[in-house]
Amino acid sequence: MDIAFSQEEIEKLEQIKTKYPEPKAALMPALWMAQKKWGWISPEVMQYISNLLNLPLAHIEGVASFYTMYHKKPMGKHHVQVCTNVSCMLRNGDKIYEHAKEKLGIGHMEATQDGTFSLEEVECMGACGGAPMVAINEDFYENIDIESFDKLLDSLK
Amino acid sequence: MNNSPKLILTDIADYHKLDVYKANGGYNQFRKALTMQPDEIINEVKASGLRGRGGAAFPTGLKWSFMPKGNDIIKYLAVNGDESEPGSFKDRQIFEYNPHQLIEGILIAAYAMGITASYIYIRGEYHKWIDLMQKALDDAYAAGLVGQKMKDTFGTNFSTDIYIHKGAGAYICGEETSLMNSIQGDRGYPRVKPPFPAQFGLWGKPTTVNNVETISTIPAIMKLGASEYAKIGAPGHPGTLLFGVSGHVNKPGVYELPTGTLLTDIIYNVCGGVRGNKKIKAIIPGGSSMPPLRGDEIEGVRMDEDSLKVLGTHIGTGGIMVMDEDTDLVKVTLRIAHFYHHESCGQCTPCREGCGWMEKILKRIAKGEAASSDLDLLIDVANNIEGNTICALGDAAAWPVRGFVTKFRDEFEKAVSQNRVFVAPNAVHGKQATKSNLKFDNQMKYSPAI
Repeated sequence: MDIAFSQEEIEKLEQIKTKYPEPKAALMPALWMAQKKWGWISPEVMQYISNLLNLPLAHIEGVASFYTMYHKKPMGKHHVQVCTNVSCMLRNGDKIYEHAKEKLGIGHMEATQDGTFSLEEVECMGACGGAPMVAINEDFYENIDIESFDKLLDSLK
Repeated sequence: MNNSPKLILTDIADYHKLDVYKANGGYNQFRKALTMQPDEIINEVKASGLRGRGGAAFPTGLKWSFMPKGNDIIKYLAVNGDESEPGSFKDRQIFEYNPHQLIEGILIAAYAMGITASYIYIRGEYHKWIDLMQKALDDAYAAGLVGQKMKDTFGTNFSTDIYIHKGAGAYICGEETSLMNSIQGDRGYPRVKPPFPAQFGLWGKPTTVNNVETISTIPAIMKLGASEYAKIGAPGHPGTLLFGVSGHVNKPGVYELPTGTLLTDIIYNVCGGVRGNKKIKAIIPGGSSMPPLRGDEIEGVRMDEDSLKVLGTHIGTGGIMVMDEDTDLVKVTLRIAHFYHHESCGQCTPCREGCGWMEKILKRIAKGEAASSDLDLLIDVANNIEGNTICALGDAAAWPVRGFVTKFRDEFEKAVSQNRVFVAPNAVHGKQATKSNLKFDNQMKYSPAI
């Protein structure tokens, strides 16, 4: 697979660069765009962005590895994120995570063989008022229990 | 309680829409600000007594006054919406329900400090709220309220830009210097202070970092006038605060209440009390990095920085976490320690290593492999992290751990003594025996389960 942004994406990135006095600041937005397009930040993607933004590859790797939301390996089509931090834990978020591990047969930052689901035990996502919460890709689901979690996952298959 | 002023989370329907916001007097406070001298605005904010809502409760007007004067140099404003403190979920409400007040607040702050451009840093997990905020910002740009066109709209020489920067899942980026590095496209490592952001901030230029809620309060202060605003809530820490209540209460959520409101009022009157009418064992008053309060010491406690400081804790981000009598506090403390270990950026040894050690010791306690002396060791580690790091993450990790172990020592002692598994030496050729692989038969002779 050839790793390259489309002309439209390149233009968008150029537009983003104008927001900042230095082009290096466009790195995080570029990584977001890349993750949206290719699903994860592969070594090839890092090399491509390094060339594109004229930044050392080591810097791209450093940034990509520092921020947990950039995936350094392929994740599932539905990335299931279960919060087990204190507010969620007090309302059984940890039990939902245990259940999710069992149900999907995978652990933290692993994907199912067919690539449908991946699982992540996440830190506080800022939905403590609706604890326990689960996020699937970019969507938040609040006040869930094991039953509604199962329904949610089954609806995605 | 229902009569308390709503300065940020109003009851007006569709207030997030530009036309509704404008119809209710929106952007008039910025117009008013333009008739004043920048210094007058800073003095007004000083007189209001507004203190930062991001955790440290630093006086906002004073912070603004640190910025060099004049419009001839490039200056930046970073608006902190990283909101990654566990138990804190208030800024999200502003992005969703009142984004234009945030934009208007930024405009006023930008005029007062002569800001060239402002960056709203929003945590990556808030995809949806970033979109909502971007929509509001696009609307404001299209209406000529922000950017070059504002010169015509407001008939002024002043113009400023506002951008949104999306984070990518790092708690540390809520720390002001780390946030600036993140905006610049670097790893979110905190910087050594001094130099302070007002001298050397974004791209080395003078920068002010304010919390989203702090900035959203500015238009309300302009509207009420500093002296009226200062009359709301606790005198030393005035105004309203967005309290995010979570945990074992019947009605968790974000509530805008005057500072100085009784903690018991918040829990029992606003949030409908504790689930199942249980007693309260512990409360974290301001997000997970703040030392906890025991359930038996919350009577009469007022929720403002000065009142909480007396009790050895802080208002933080106003994230109140309520834990009922059945809560396993060893588990809670372990979870908190795990979080800070995970989020330590790794720059400073006391934090990087210490947070790991605190988690290890707490794991040992939870598994029944600890001794009483480990509790002292835990406090010792916490004491050696506190104050010995570049940024406040070290303190944020040390405070709750030390707080829980000290305030609930009896529970931790009990956990140590009741769960203690006596290690049978060399049970399986040097393999350490634990509760799970060590079984006692009727004659109390041990036989390894493996």
